[in-house]
Amino acid sequence: MLEIKDLHVSVDDKAILKGIDLTVKPGEIHAIMGPNGSGKSTLAQVLAGREGYRVTQGSLRYLDSDLPPFSPEARARAGIFLAFQYPIEIPGVANAQFLRSALNSQRGYRGEPELDAFDFLEFVKGRLAMLEIDDSFLYRSLNEGFSGGEKKRNEILQMAVLEPRLAILDETDSGLDIDALKVVARGVNALRAPDRAIILVTHYQRLLEYIVPDRVHVLAEGRIVRSGDRDLALELEAKGYGWLNLRNNCEEPFIP
Amino acid sequence: MDNLELQRHLDTEYRWGFVTDIEQDTLPMGLDEDVVRLISAKKGEPAFMLDWRLKAYRHWLTMTEPTWSSVRYPAIDYQTLHYYSAPKTRDSGPKSLAEVDPELLRTYEKLGIPLAERGALAGVAVDAVFDSVSVATTFKDKLEQLGILFCPFSEAVIKYPELVQQYLGSVVPYTDNFFASLNSAVFSDGSFVYVPKGVRCPMELSTYFRINARNTGQFERTLIIADEGGYVSYLEGCTAPTRDENQLHAAVVELVALQDARIKYSTVQNWYPGDAEGRGGIYNFVTKRGDCRGERAHISWTQVETGSAITWKYPSCILRGDHSVGEFYSVALTNHHQQADTGTKMIHIGRDTRSTIVSKGIAAGYGSNAYRGLVKVLATAEGARNHTQCDSLLMSPTSAAHTFPYIEVRNPGAIVEHEATTSRIGEDQLFYLQSRGLDEEEAVNLIVNGFCKEVFKELPMEFAVEAQKLLAVSLEGAVG
Repeated sequence: MLEIKDLHVSVDDKAILKGIDLTVKPGEIHAIMGPNGSGKSTLAQVLAGREGYRVTQGSLRYLDSDLPPFSPEARARAGIFLAFQYPIEIPGVANAQFLRSALNSQRGYRGEPELDAFDFLEFVKGRLAMLEIDDSFLYRSLNEGFSGGEKKRNEILQMAVLEPRLAILDETDSGLDIDALKVVARGVNALRAPDRAIILVTHYQRLLEYIVPDRVHVLAEGRIVRSGDRDLALELEAKGYGWLNLRNNCEEPFIP
Repeated sequence: MDNLELQRHLDTEYRWGFVTDIEQDTLPMGLDEDVVRLISAKKGEPAFMLDWRLKAYRHWLTMTEPTWSSVRYPAIDYQTLHYYSAPKTRDSGPKSLAEVDPELLRTYEKLGIPLAERGALAGVAVDAVFDSVSVATTFKDKLEQLGILFCPFSEAVIKYPELVQQYLGSVVPYTDNFFASLNSAVFSDGSFVYVPKGVRCPMELSTYFRINARNTGQFERTLIIADEGGYVSYLEGCTAPTRDENQLHAAVVELVALQDARIKYSTVQNWYPGDAEGRGGIYNFVTKRGDCRGERAHISWTQVETGSAITWKYPSCILRGDHSVGEFYSVALTNHHQQADTGTKMIHIGRDTRSTIVSKGIAAGYGSNAYRGLVKVLATAEGARNHTQCDSLLMSPTSAAHTFPYIEVRNPGAIVEHEATTSRIGEDQLFYLQSRGLDEEEAVNLIVNGFCKEVFKELPMEFAVEAQKLLAVSLEGAVG
């Protein structure tokens, strides 16, 4: 599904990713861990197509296409979803209106009929129930005045509505209380399917108590320095990142 | 964001630009007392009307164009304008739709005006103003059964001279300001509405203005009176064909709400804004004012201003009656080289009067957008309250937003609140929405509509839809 080879990415002419290799197959869940500033979020952003994140070397293939030329919306329509680490507030736009616009935009692209307001409401209410999120979420302005936890839950709701083929969760678990963490886990586990893949970008292994990954990778200084199964996450938790003997290079900026 | 790509989007041409080929009955250009007399004579007006026009004209001669606003434009030579132009029809105008020039009907068709059957379905009565003379009025009978008078202004002058004489100029006197005085002297036509005591007008009344003749100044005059306990919602929508020259428009709208009456006046203004370089476009100098003349009277202005090269417009409320309420909800959008200086005046005179101002300014390209508002609380206005919210959204580094709130309070018990924000449309916001599958235009529209929501919800439903479309068209790709 996703094949990354020797990927180098620069932001403002500064090299952040310095040769990533990663293969994600349908049905898999990968966790990408690593200390702050290691390039985790850069990887998430470059997959979603954020402007200013320049691929300088290597390749990034998704479903047999080279990803870099595609706009963020084209990627979304092709099934890529990024749950933002810091979801953006859009004042005055009701969540329901936004979700329906986004869903219909994607459906239209896939040649599926648009959902009218009634069908959409039925559909989205099913998703809310599944995630145990209150219906009132729909009628609030998109992320405006949401608490940190509510914003993250809203990301998961969007994911559950848009049903992506490749979901990337960028530190969705950070700063969450246990209830919100369970919402995230429910969303991810519900989405788990043989034709879907999920990448969890996370700093802590806490989320992995609820979601069992197939592979765990440790990213440091722009490279994947170790890969393993779930046990790697537990080992990291126990021993800390220092155990990996990284040169703690402080020149690397923290890129959200 | 790729600036070149954005620029390409920005250059969306005015979609409703076309010129209808209809014979015009036009006076020679220039203005003097003879022209004023001729206009009055052509309309067969009674003596009081000519008299009023002449007084206005003589007063206008003593005035100079105002310069206090932020809009800048080359000097207007008032002697090079035509002051009267009417579509040529049989003797005294059409008696029914069948008599209306088919070319004219096609023009309305292109504009999507729900005339005739479409009007009936939409529940809209249209008093269509083509250039300066009304050519068709629907639903008149139904309204007449309720005693509601809704007709072209020129017809009201003949049919209801007492009402016109009683109320004309009672809110905006002919001495009011340079453009209002000019309008008073040469106004061509407009709409007249009278809602009798205790009557609630069951449909939205609607009029569409359209500027068509070359070099013809447009001087609309509208007068709406809601008698005690009456209610009316009036919609004004405007589009105009593409022109190279600037066209002057100086309208006057007067609203009178008596005790317990309510008038809701909604405008969607989409006159030709000029091209991408700022050539052409309408100069729109408008005086709109409502008078809450009785207790608990209520006047609401809602406007969506996307057109015109220059917009100079301050729909205002005089809160004379105790417990009367004034509201102003505005979205003003300027793209390319458009300039808008718009806002409101809320004059609190009566006790416990309340006013609300919500102004949303959007500036793109080289657009300049100014909010100018006055909240004045007189000593008599015990318990007066005002809340003003004034937000600006900048879409490009070359656009500008200004806020000029004037507050004068003479009563120590008054509560006047003012909130203002200025923000730039964010790349983060765009990326967030695009990463959900919306393209850039959809994303911009969603953000802008969210920004304008508080105003749009004040518009009648079908008007709100039109307004959203209009913003979408006016802003295609307008992020830089």
